[in-house]
Amino acid sequence: MLSTYAPAIVFVVLGTIIGIAFTVLNGVLGTSRPSPAKLDPYESGMASEIKQGFRFGISFYLVAMLFLLFDIEVLFLYPIAVQLRAFGTFALVETIVFIGLLTVALIYVWRRGALTWK
Amino acid sequence: MTGALSHMLTPAVVGYAEPWWMAILKSLVIFAIGLQLVPLVLMAERKILGRFQNRYGPNRVGPFGAMTPLADIVKLLTKESFRPRTAIGWLFTLAPILSIIAAVAALAIVPFGNVQDIFGTPVGFYGIDVSIGPLYVFAFGAVAFYGIMLGGWSSGSKYSFLGSMRAAAQLISYEVAQGMALVGVVITAQSMSLTEIVEGQGGMWYVIPQFVGFLIFMIASFAETNRPPFDLVEADGELVGGYMTEYGGGRFALYYFAEYLNVLVVSGLAVTLFLGGWMLPFGIHPPGWVDPFIVIGKMGLFVVFFIWVRATLPRLRYDQLMSFGWKVLLPLATLNALITAIVVVAWY
Repeated sequence: MLSTYAPAIVFVVLGTIIGIAFTVLNGVLGTSRPSPAKLDPYESGMASEIKQGFRFGISFYLVAMLFLLFDIEVLFLYPIAVQLRAFGTFALVETIVFIGLLTVALIYVWRRGALTWK
Repeated sequence: MTGALSHMLTPAVVGYAEPWWMAILKSLVIFAIGLQLVPLVLMAERKILGRFQNRYGPNRVGPFGAMTPLADIVKLLTKESFRPRTAIGWLFTLAPILSIIAAVAALAIVPFGNVQDIFGTPVGFYGIDVSIGPLYVFAFGAVAFYGIMLGGWSSGSKYSFLGSMRAAAQLISYEVAQGMALVGVVITAQSMSLTEIVEGQGGMWYVIPQFVGFLIFMIASFAETNRPPFDLVEADGELVGGYMTEYGGGRFALYYFAEYLNVLVVSGLAVTLFLGGWMLPFGIHPPGWVDPFIVIGKMGLFVVFFIWVRATLPRLRYDQLMSFGWKVLLPLATLNALITAIVVVAWY
């Protein structure tokens, strides 16, 4: 079974080759005339005082946490979806309960205003 | 005859592995074809967009400007390999490579045809056909996410950083809806192998019973590939160039390449999951070697659709984008999955 994944490795290797090839070729073929102003990060002409790790909106973290919750919901639904016909009503009731619980979670998050972008 | 062969082979298809040399050979062929399609998509986009805006589009290099992508590559490769002072060097270099790896690897899953005989060796016309199908795409989507995220973060520029944060939030928000939209298809097909999903569409393409799922999948795909009207990641009006503000030359070419390859992969997935893959309507059964052309032709339709939408719709506002993903698409996709489940169990 694992050998069916083998071509995926070939594709990853090919992707790496093309990625490195473009980067290296650009380094070899490209000109190099650096100047202090050119090396500044883009800031429409002004000097930029940006550093990594500055503060930004909390909404992004919130979305990341919601993603974990709901993406795992989706992942759990896939195995049920494949076997739904085989297990019939039993699996259906379980699915409904499962989605129902997560709907409650969604409604809670919604009412608390986490889905409204600030 | 080929049809009969593929039917004969169908039950054993999932998990079928060619000899190792054939696996490498077919991967190279699919990769080469994918590589050839990207400049075509680029060219088509610029030409068609030109026509939409009452101009010619590129028409200087070669006949009808057909050599423009080649000129672009030469131009980008001879540009300065630039890196801003604030950048974290190795991450800045690694990020676009991650993007292109993810895009190329995702190409492996798109099936261009079922297992067919080539000179006595049965060969699957796809990179891989595995029992996890869509999950493979999501996995490499997550790698592409790192490519964008690291690129924007390691540049050390405000616009890059904001662009990559937006990209992160947008990609993960719409991935949930996209994944949920596919649950309906999986329930109907009873399989996650993409070739089995295509074979399951012999009677009726899933775009008809799963129309809501199709719409959600397409909308989410526009967001996942950062295409207009969801291109807030690189909204030039407010973020200059988004996460690739500081990129130029070969590294920029990689990002660009990855973006268009992703458009192709998503088109291929849409064809496979909803438009019957290599099947033709009205019971037409062409010989097996036509299958890849049918798939590529259908993918072309989606590419034109992508371009058409870009020329037609204005960009969304960011808060609208996030609300739309969570408050409309996700509940709708969940409802779609639930109704599909109930109908399937009640029916059979």
